[in-house]
Amino acid sequence: MCAKAERREPARSPAEYGAEKLRWFYETMVLIRNFELKVEENFFAGEIPGFVHLYIGEEATATGVMGHLRKTDYIQSTHRGHGHTLAKGADPKRMMAEIFGKKTGYCKGKGGSMHIADFSVGMLGANGVVGGGFTMVTGAGLAQKMQKTDGVSVFFFGDGASNRGTFHEAINMAAVWNLPVLFVCENNQFASTTPYRTTTSVDDIADRAQGYGIPGVIVDGNDVFAVYEAAGDLIERARRGEGPAILETKTYRIKGHFVGDPEKYRTKEEVQHVFDTTDPIPTFEKKVLEAGVMTREDLDAMKAAAVRKIDEAIEYARQSPEPHVSELYTDLYVPAPETV
Amino acid sequence: MKGNGDQTMRTISFAQATLEAMEEEMTRDGSVFVMGEDIARQGGIFGQFKGLPDKFGKERVIDTPISETAIVGAAIGAALAGMRPVADMHFADFMGVCFDEIFNQMAKIHYMFGGQKSIPMVLRAPDGMINQAAAQHSQSVEAFFAHIPGLKVVIPSNPADAKGLLKAAIRDDNPVIYFEHKGLFSMKGEVPEGDYVTPIGKAKVVRQGKDVTLVSYSMMMNHAIKAADELEKDGISVELIDLRSVSPIDEETILNSVAKTTRLVIAHEAVKRCGVGAEIAALVAEKAIDCLDAPIVRVGSPFTPVPFARILEKEYRVTTDTIVAGVRKVFA
Repeated sequence: MCAKAERREPARSPAEYGAEKLRWFYETMVLIRNFELKVEENFFAGEIPGFVHLYIGEEATATGVMGHLRKTDYIQSTHRGHGHTLAKGADPKRMMAEIFGKKTGYCKGKGGSMHIADFSVGMLGANGVVGGGFTMVTGAGLAQKMQKTDGVSVFFFGDGASNRGTFHEAINMAAVWNLPVLFVCENNQFASTTPYRTTTSVDDIADRAQGYGIPGVIVDGNDVFAVYEAAGDLIERARRGEGPAILETKTYRIKGHFVGDPEKYRTKEEVQHVFDTTDPIPTFEKKVLEAGVMTREDLDAMKAAAVRKIDEAIEYARQSPEPHVSELYTDLYVPAPETV
Repeated sequence: MKGNGDQTMRTISFAQATLEAMEEEMTRDGSVFVMGEDIARQGGIFGQFKGLPDKFGKERVIDTPISETAIVGAAIGAALAGMRPVADMHFADFMGVCFDEIFNQMAKIHYMFGGQKSIPMVLRAPDGMINQAAAQHSQSVEAFFAHIPGLKVVIPSNPADAKGLLKAAIRDDNPVIYFEHKGLFSMKGEVPEGDYVTPIGKAKVVRQGKDVTLVSYSMMMNHAIKAADELEKDGISVELIDLRSVSPIDEETILNSVAKTTRLVIAHEAVKRCGVGAEIAALVAEKAIDCLDAPIVRVGSPFTPVPFARILEKEYRVTTDTIVAGVRKVFA
């Protein structure tokens, strides 16, 4: 019998969090939710091209983890990266413009949904290759250690990516060098269209932490409080120089793998049932209302503000110009410095 | 002895030249560090890192796990976070292990993120045939990487360029792959004292000639020089061009030379098919076919893996004689 990862329940009540943090949690989650709903709507309307992957139902993970990060900390994300990017502090307008393929986007329209980055807030890039970021985040952590900062680097990945060889190479390297890295597995139950348990040998991916001699922790990924508390301990540990860890957040991918996925691998009833019972946003609302720390009016006002913000982002993206064709040839190489 | 200008020359090995480049650049810039398998304690399998950890510590000369994917990925990540990593690939063949990191990540990040962050890093890749090392420790794979937008690829043929190109690669803000032929590490040659760089993307006319242009690089350049000596005895005047960088390719130097000599031969150790020679032949065919008085000849390895047995390896290998025969073809 192998050693199991630790399962953590939230120990603090919402009342202990303070109004500012609670507001940030809710604002961030509803911002992500509305961003994604609008992306879906505009994709079906034909305004957004390419491949788009939505984060709906998984908002508590990005929010709970990012609640601890500074602008100077680094993250890398996946093909499903809008939520992480927003939670790290990127501007929804420039993100939406990028997804629309416009000049004003973060990558001047050269990246699109799967390749958004905002280096000004420490978001070092989403990635179109599943599991592509494990090793790069490890390197960012190596740089932080060499530069003697107390910064941390966080990689978000899915259950599918946990079966890439990069998982093994990066986590072993981070562990043996004691790097300030947190590997956050959003176990959303599906590797593209394949239920993860059919291609993964363990129930809990965090159990693999034992194999690297580092902590593994499992939480309810639909409960922002649970994610926040567990991530906080692991991030503080990394800042103190005590090395990497794996945090697995159990969640569920409410939308298809990509927008337009016919989803033949599961029933609409299953999805609806999970959404009705575990959606992180009503889960949060119920907790704060019961604790009496927020009112329905507070929540509604924040939700309305998020809707406005995303409407503005859509408008900004729509109005923005397309890149000039000459941009095809820029940014390929940096000019050589004088000394070379 | 004096080189060009006032620089004093001395004779050192190719490996020593690369070591000097590392020492000078690591001294000059605290963000430069190097990592790879067997480099700190062992000094590199070809001795090319010997003594480096004594000067800079094991924090900047890092022994890694046997994890090529993580080595390249971590170097990219460190570059994203402000460092200037040099990663040793042990053998160029092992770049097959980390190809995603090289061509989907390292090469594309600057472009696909709209120029937000450059990736100033160097992959050092010992390549080429040595000691019957067989199929997975002998290859010349520069053409794979010359095909990828976003990368620069350099490939010195002698100690002076080995030092100058490595220093240029480390100072370059773009990802650079630095191929160093394993058979060249022990080669001795004149190297200027002190600080200098060899510009990336600039070929060198090693010898002026009037009858045929012979383009080569890396180990094969040294065979090309011998071939030119041989051909001169028969009255064939060869203009020798050492390419030095295969991405970007110095088109101007090649086209100017072909305009003068009207004949072109390209020689490399890599497999001939779809090799760098094919690119140069196509370049000249597109831009200067009217200059040519003879068909272009490419000299390269056969379209097979590198074999092990001595007799098979001998059959496979491009030699001075193969190049001489190749050049004679354009006068047939």
